[in-house]
Amino acid sequence: MLPDKQKFIVFIVLCIGFLSYSGFLYTHLPVSNTNFSITEAKGKTLWQEHNCTACHQIYGLGGYLGPDLTNEYSLKGPDYIHIFLQAGNNIMPNYHLSESEIQDLIAYLKSVDRSGKSDPRKFSINTNGTINQ
Amino acid sequence: MELSINKAKFTPKVFILVALILLATGMFFGILGGLQYIIPGFLKEALSFQKTRPLHVSSILFWILFASMGAVLTYLKEHTGNKLYSNNLSRLLFILFVISILSILIAYFTGKFGGREYWEFPPILSLPIIIGWIIFLINFAFSLDSLKSQPVYIWMWLTGIIFFLFTFLESYLWLFPYFNNQVVNDMNIQWKSYGSMVGSWNMLIYGASMYLMTKISNDRSYAYSTKAFVLYFAGLFNLMFNCGHHIYTLPTQPYVQYISYSVSMTELLILGNIIYGWKATLTKAQKFFHRDAYRFLVAADVWVFLNLILAICMSVPAINVYTHGTHITVAHAMGTTIGINTMLLLAVCYDILKDTCISLDPYQKLMKLGFWLANSSLFVFWIALIGAGVLKSKWQMNSDQIAFSLMMQNLSAFFIVFTISGVLLLAGILLSIYPLFKNHLACFFSEK
Repeated sequence: MLPDKQKFIVFIVLCIGFLSYSGFLYTHLPVSNTNFSITEAKGKTLWQEHNCTACHQIYGLGGYLGPDLTNEYSLKGPDYIHIFLQAGNNIMPNYHLSESEIQDLIAYLKSVDRSGKSDPRKFSINTNGTINQ
Repeated sequence: MELSINKAKFTPKVFILVALILLATGMFFGILGGLQYIIPGFLKEALSFQKTRPLHVSSILFWILFASMGAVLTYLKEHTGNKLYSNNLSRLLFILFVISILSILIAYFTGKFGGREYWEFPPILSLPIIIGWIIFLINFAFSLDSLKSQPVYIWMWLTGIIFFLFTFLESYLWLFPYFNNQVVNDMNIQWKSYGSMVGSWNMLIYGASMYLMTKISNDRSYAYSTKAFVLYFAGLFNLMFNCGHHIYTLPTQPYVQYISYSVSMTELLILGNIIYGWKATLTKAQKFFHRDAYRFLVAADVWVFLNLILAICMSVPAINVYTHGTHITVAHAMGTTIGINTMLLLAVCYDILKDTCISLDPYQKLMKLGFWLANSSLFVFWIALIGAGVLKSKWQMNSDQIAFSLMMQNLSAFFIVFTISGVLLLAGILLSIYPLFKNHLACFFSEK
């Protein structure tokens, strides 16, 4: 049986490590000096208010009923996205978005596209099991 | 029989009963979601997937939270010799969580979303959860005289409660522009919090199941042993540092990947321990399998084994790049949520709800049928998701990709199997919990 003192020491050391790691991640965000423009920020709010993540993924995270949209902007272009946002399709409902809302959402998807590549074919695999983007 | 939430009669059993209702509700919405996969456009206008998915996810998350709170409060009371700090605080906690889930479900039905994974409701609705959880922490901490010489399940519950509060608050950092102003930054912190949050409710559930095992075997020694604490600290270490395995493909700092990958590999220690103790587990299983609660513990053991292998594979970035964004991830999520968490919590539910004014004996056949139906259909469900995931992975890696819609059509056979097995799974769960409900309601009304 472990003595209580040892248990407390291990627990406290782990907690200090966790808090330090958390603090480090908060202060060393991956992308610095980048802000959403007003339209991109509005687009992100619309993305969340319509719960787009229920069906779509960004960087492979989200629902699987619809496609990953991380790089949809550069792959398919704004006009293609516009058509879907305007009318929906046989699975996606028509959200009756106004033209400015559609433009905000396209601006948001453009900023997501700018942030990186999500296509797994673009990753290189190292012999130690890690990957490079 | 004590079921009401009035001051004199309040008992943590009501948490369990509400939890079971949410489990059935969540599974029902899960089946609706499955139908939307196989019948394109099904309920598209009235209840689109944008609504059915959060209805399913939140109901299931609240099943886990309600059942965990009920289990911890009930077992804490037993552990301390009927000494819970405040019954009033437990009642307040219950009321706050009921208000929470009802307002969340109403928000989804009316199309009001916050649009975040797991917690898809407007952020304001998280307030009763935060206040309730602080009350839970106060009630728990003040019910204990000290942490000295406490068994491992007390440590697990305490860390589970503290870390859920921390990670839940952390998941709302996006409300600050500093975290929200760039998609990668936002997702980096969002998934850090989620990775640890899952570990925190696992602490509550595993702690409850360990308490139950101690109770069934009438042997308290394991809960105080060095081995139990070593495994607990290994679990805590993973909870704290392996959260990055969700975001290997996100363009974040490389050390997030290296830390998560290395820490996740310590799970091999847990896997090794399961394999090493397999024979002893089997002997115990044969001895106690006739007990309703124990059957679910054994089922969870099998699911832990299967899902741990899958989880360890997915924690290797070179494998994760193939499985990420495919239904293999869903198989992992469903396998752990239903196979492990739900089986463990059903064991706890059986233990807490078994004593009623009417015997459960006449329902033995029905309950056994429910158990086997639930587990066998879950296995088919799990395999169907893995099959769909393998094909999607193949599509993702193909240099000559067909259209997304065509790929989804090619997966439809798997979706049909997983929806049918989902219906059978719900039937199995309903058969398992029906006697518990029927007896409690019958006793409640006979007392009235």
